[in-house]
Amino acid sequence: MAEERRFAEVPRESIKLMAESTGVELSEEVAALLAEDVCYRLREATQNSSQFMRHAKRRKLCVEDFNRALRWSNTETVCGYGAQDALPFRPLKEGELFFVEDREVNLVELALATNIPKGCAETLVRVNVSYLDGKGNLESQGTVPTAVQSLSEDLLKYYQQITRAILGEDPHLMKVALLDLQSNSKIAALLPYFVYVISGVKSVSHDLDQLNRLLHMVKSLVQNPYLYLGSYVRSLVSSVMYCILEPLAASINPLNDHWTLRDYAALLLSHIFWTHGDLVSGLYHQILLSLQKVLSDPVRPLCSHYGAVVGLHALGWKAVERVLYPHLPAYWANLQAVLDDYSVSNAQVKADGHKVYGAILVAVERLLKMKALSLTLATEGGAAALPGTASGAVGFRESSPGLSPPPEPLSEPPLGIASHLQAGGAGCPWEEWTPVSLPAMYCELYSFFGDSLAVRFSTDPPLAGAPPAGPCQPLEGKKELSSVAPNLESTRKMPQLTASMNISPRQDGSPRTEPQPPSLAATAPGRSLARSSSSSSSVSRSRSSSSRPGRSTSQSRDIFPKARFPPPQAGPPAFAFIIGGRQMGRRCQGRRFQTSFTPTPPLTSLPPRAYAHKLPVIGRVSKPVRRWTCSHYSLHLPL
Amino acid sequence: MAALQDGPMELDTEKEVKPEILSDGTSNLSGNTGNGALSSSPLTAAPAGGAPKQEDQQTLIAVLQFLKRNKLSESVEILRREAGLAEDQVDSLAADGSGGGKEDGGDANSLLSRVSIPAAAAPQSTLTPVPVKRSEDHPDVRVVLSAYNQQGDPSLYQVYYSDLKNFIESVLDCHRAELSQLFYPLFVHMYLELVYNNNEAKAKAFFEKFSGDQECYYLDDLRVLCGLSKKEHMKGNEALLDFRTSRFVLRISRDSYQLLKRHLQERHNNQIWNIIQEHLYIDIFDGMPRSKGQIDSMSGSLGGEAKREVNKAKVFYGLLKEPEIEVPLDDEDDEAENEEGKPKKKKTKKDSIGSKSKKQDPNAPQQNRIPLPELKDSDKLDKIMYMKESTKRIRLSPENLPSICFYTFLNAYQGLTAVDFTDDSSLLAGGFADSTVRVWTVTPKKLRKVKSAADLNLIDKESDDVLERIMDEKTASESKILHGHSGPVYGVSFSPDRNYLLSSSEDSTVRLWSLQTFTCLVGYKGHNYPVWDTQFSPFGYYFVSGGHDRVARLWATDHYQPLRIFAGHLADVTCTRFHPNSNYVATGSTDRTVRLWDVLNGNCVRIFTGHKGPIHSLAFSPNGKFLASGSTDGRVLLWDLGHGLMIGELKGHTDTIYALKFSRDGEILASGSMDSTVRLWDSTKAFDDVEMDDFTAATGHIHLPD
Repeated sequence: MAEERRFAEVPRESIKLMAESTGVELSEEVAALLAEDVCYRLREATQNSSQFMRHAKRRKLCVEDFNRALRWSNTETVCGYGAQDALPFRPLKEGELFFVEDREVNLVELALATNIPKGCAETLVRVNVSYLDGKGNLESQGTVPTAVQSLSEDLLKYYQQITRAILGEDPHLMKVALLDLQSNSKIAALLPYFVYVISGVKSVSHDLDQLNRLLHMVKSLVQNPYLYLGSYVRSLVSSVMYCILEPLAASINPLNDHWTLRDYAALLLSHIFWTHGDLVSGLYHQILLSLQKVLSDPVRPLCSHYGAVVGLHALGWKAVERVLYPHLPAYWANLQAVLDDYSVSNAQVKADGHKVYGAILVAVERLLKMKALSLTLATEGGAAALPGTASGAVGFRESSPGLSPPPEPLSEPPLGIASHLQAGGAGCPWEEWTPVSLPAMYCELYSFFGDSLAVRFSTDPPLAGAPPAGPCQPLEGKKELSSVAPNLESTRKMPQLTASMNISPRQDGSPRTEPQPPSLAATAPGRSLARSSSSSSSVSRSRSSSSRPGRSTSQSRDIFPKARFPPPQAGPPAFAFIIGGRQMGRRCQGRRFQTSFTPTPPLTSLPPRAYAHKLPVIGRVSKPVRRWTCSHYSLHLPL
Repeated sequence: MAALQDGPMELDTEKEVKPEILSDGTSNLSGNTGNGALSSSPLTAAPAGGAPKQEDQQTLIAVLQFLKRNKLSESVEILRREAGLAEDQVDSLAADGSGGGKEDGGDANSLLSRVSIPAAAAPQSTLTPVPVKRSEDHPDVRVVLSAYNQQGDPSLYQVYYSDLKNFIESVLDCHRAELSQLFYPLFVHMYLELVYNNNEAKAKAFFEKFSGDQECYYLDDLRVLCGLSKKEHMKGNEALLDFRTSRFVLRISRDSYQLLKRHLQERHNNQIWNIIQEHLYIDIFDGMPRSKGQIDSMSGSLGGEAKREVNKAKVFYGLLKEPEIEVPLDDEDDEAENEEGKPKKKKTKKDSIGSKSKKQDPNAPQQNRIPLPELKDSDKLDKIMYMKESTKRIRLSPENLPSICFYTFLNAYQGLTAVDFTDDSSLLAGGFADSTVRVWTVTPKKLRKVKSAADLNLIDKESDDVLERIMDEKTASESKILHGHSGPVYGVSFSPDRNYLLSSSEDSTVRLWSLQTFTCLVGYKGHNYPVWDTQFSPFGYYFVSGGHDRVARLWATDHYQPLRIFAGHLADVTCTRFHPNSNYVATGSTDRTVRLWDVLNGNCVRIFTGHKGPIHSLAFSPNGKFLASGSTDGRVLLWDLGHGLMIGELKGHTDTIYALKFSRDGEILASGSMDSTVRLWDSTKAFDDVEMDDFTAATGHIHLPD
């Protein structure tokens, strides 16, 4: 049962490291035993703490709950993590380290500070009456003013001052007002008023400046930790969506930089989704639908399309994959027509078209990278994650606390509520949506963007590193090579996406299932690689995999790591993706390039220093392409 | 870490007192009943009457030995006296017992493991004698586990299990469903046995292979189980001790049972047979084997189904007779406009409401079965108000739904854990995670407290409005905060007369607050773990509380010790509710059962199984006949108390149901859930259908539309 693996495991290396830090030397055996015990105790404490969560009628397990469970089992509690806000895990790329951000507090400054924080607003009870008529809810019929505190004089004044400052001319005043809006703890009662003001975006679509100010106001409200946005978040989102998608009267004049406004609004949208995911999860699919509608509507102006693309980009790579990617072929034809029209009258439209082109390029680039990353993670978490590939990333994220959030959010905001919306959404095309494999996707995208896509990879700062592309003598695969080699010549023009994987042998002896590598080859259509059968089963990993005998993968994958690294490494497989090719220049001899990137590996069992010799060579290499396509790592695909 | 716990378990801290439960539903905690008065005498043991039989004596001695070993000399003394054993007799008998007869030798511990009836009475500590039946700390784990002897070859366990599986899959359809019930308990016991005997790898392989076959509603248990792979971890794991100490109850028809027995004997599958004999309780009935659907509706609890005989006891579910109250006529000035003669109207009115109270309900308990507090004048006034209001009441129905009044707590995000209303909707109390209890008035009348003693001296005590004068107008406010708890407040309950408020908290206390002075009056200490819920009796005075220590306690406000302890649940008691006639208490638990307890004698009179998740809400119908329960599985189940049967299942919610309440006339059941919906159910329809049925067809399921 795959679900049973969904708990944290503390590797014995961590135990040893911790022991070392306190000056105790542990033998391998003791560390293994301790690690197992620690895992068990952790699980037990977590299970106990969940009942405190349940009785507090919450869905979110707090540090507080965990501490209570510890206290009741006569264990020392963990101090210092009681804050209500989320504690973000931050990765340190160089050291493969993850840590909780803990800023230094200047005690002197704090003690002498004059702006003593105000307490948050008083807990109140309000009454609201609604009548039922047997058919369902009607509009609420107004409030009953018993326990209701009406807007006080002060608040009213504050509201007037703030709106005047934000919408007024003085930029300095605006900044102050926004800052206060961001941190004031007592404005909960004013929230509906502010939301109302913000919903006025529709009436000022000719004034970029005002739009910008209103968006800033949204940002401040969203960032205010004392405000519970509740259902108002819908209204805020719709205002933001207006700025992203609508043609806007301001965009008639090409001098107006409405692009920046759209970018900013998209950024804000993504911010709302990542900070208030619980409130807006129901909106996610609605928004996707509306973005999709705009994108598929050729009558809309290009700036709207641009908005849709940046909006999708803001919603995460999955949104791009599910909406933008399937639409691309249809949309491309339109865009191509615009871009190919060199007439003078078309100049402005063409410039807009280039904007859209750029936005799409950025979106698909991240899609590719994140997809590669998620593939890696899905494989590493193979034993833990749920079978479905689409949900793999989400499931994995929940399942391994050790894996702190990757630099890019991997999964969508929680979609639990939204998933039924999706079924109900009439005519929404993602019923038949099926995940496309990375190589196939790359292939298709390449057909649109050509080398400019590959160039993105080569010029971008690499995510991390890949193993150096030195010669690595394969022990098997010679045969395949020969069968593939002729193919290579004909497909030389397209940059290659090569994936290599390193599964270190496990040594803990537990009868766990060996994770299956992702099938990169299996789904590349038309290119019948001999190996496609070997790994094709990984997509539909099911419960029965638990009984799969032995490690079916070991025959081919071990070669690579053994050649380079000393064997005693138990850990998740390391991935490297390499895109290489010839950059098409004006002349026939393009520049050769190669990009390799490994997705940021999750917290692994290896202590940092063990990675030192593994640090990869990054960037372009001057070696001919042929050299390393022949050196074939475990997998190589002419795309 | 595990190694630290290796030593013998002792009564080191009082915190760890958790009554062990060896047999369900027979926890008769207060013995001196009979005369119908609730006694609060601290120690009420229930020794075996007359001359104890040899076996009972053995048991008794085992208990005495255990107490002695833990240096509870006073308890030993008391128990010895109660049992009428001379000291030397004990010693000699003990020697006797150890000398011969029992094959396990003289270790009292091993004797203990065979104790099948709870027969000991031992105060948990010599300082605060509380009527706890048995007060071993965590049951001595080695004792509990000692039943797991190495039997058979561990490597053959998989063979045994798959053999049985093949057999069950090959039998006729009608038997298959019944026999499939065996899978889960057998699986767990075999797994635990493997773990206990240090066959970790084999246990894991066994788990991997067969855990997928188990019913999905056992998933939570399996998750706990799969983490457990070391013998050391078995100690101190509560879920595990439950499984060990109680026998899993299965209900199987005679035919199916014979089939199984024959198969196991043919195959000489002693391993499985032993487990069935030792750890399972098979309740055999004559008749048609049950269908898969029938079984599924009843299974899912931690300890299997309820035995049939535990639900046989008679339950007096009827309501008590309403007291006769003379309604002063001049009190009805608001109805003066009616041109009809007032007295006449009054008569008819009384008939309409009091029809059931006029003649004694045959199902009602005796009026004085439980001593109830006398009605005060203010109570009578309340009753009159209630009667008057009930005449204005409109009958609710699907066509005539109530309007809804929302009370929104602002700025209480994530802090509010419990809420209660007064019956007249004038006060609202909230329990908060920051240990405070807050009381709000939701009428224009502000909350006033009594003046301080010094100020009280100044007022004119002879004046007519002295009751007004003692109140402090200056500090009147819309809400009051009650400080006193030191942990999140998980339950609050108003007394029916609105003078008191109860709150239960994680700090293991229940507190009684005065709503006159807004101060804490009593802190009831008895639960040694978080108290999840508490509720006042509908007549005041008594209240019930339930908590993590797996027991529910009945208290009276003027006693600092509990009057009854309702022990029997295999896991936390999560919610507690009084029956409208105050003679019974219902408790819902994390072990996925609902139990009904008799307040008079502390007996468990009903066990309802069928929920697939911890139960978080309970509600009695106003006529006392039915009980609704809601759990984390998102279902509301309806139970008939008189017959002890499930009568309906209300499906619709998708998440935990945290609140259930019937309308005053019981026509509508409202359920509030974590899925952010409140649903109203037509309960009359559900109940009417049931009353048409005769109960031969066991469980008829009703699926109501939303």
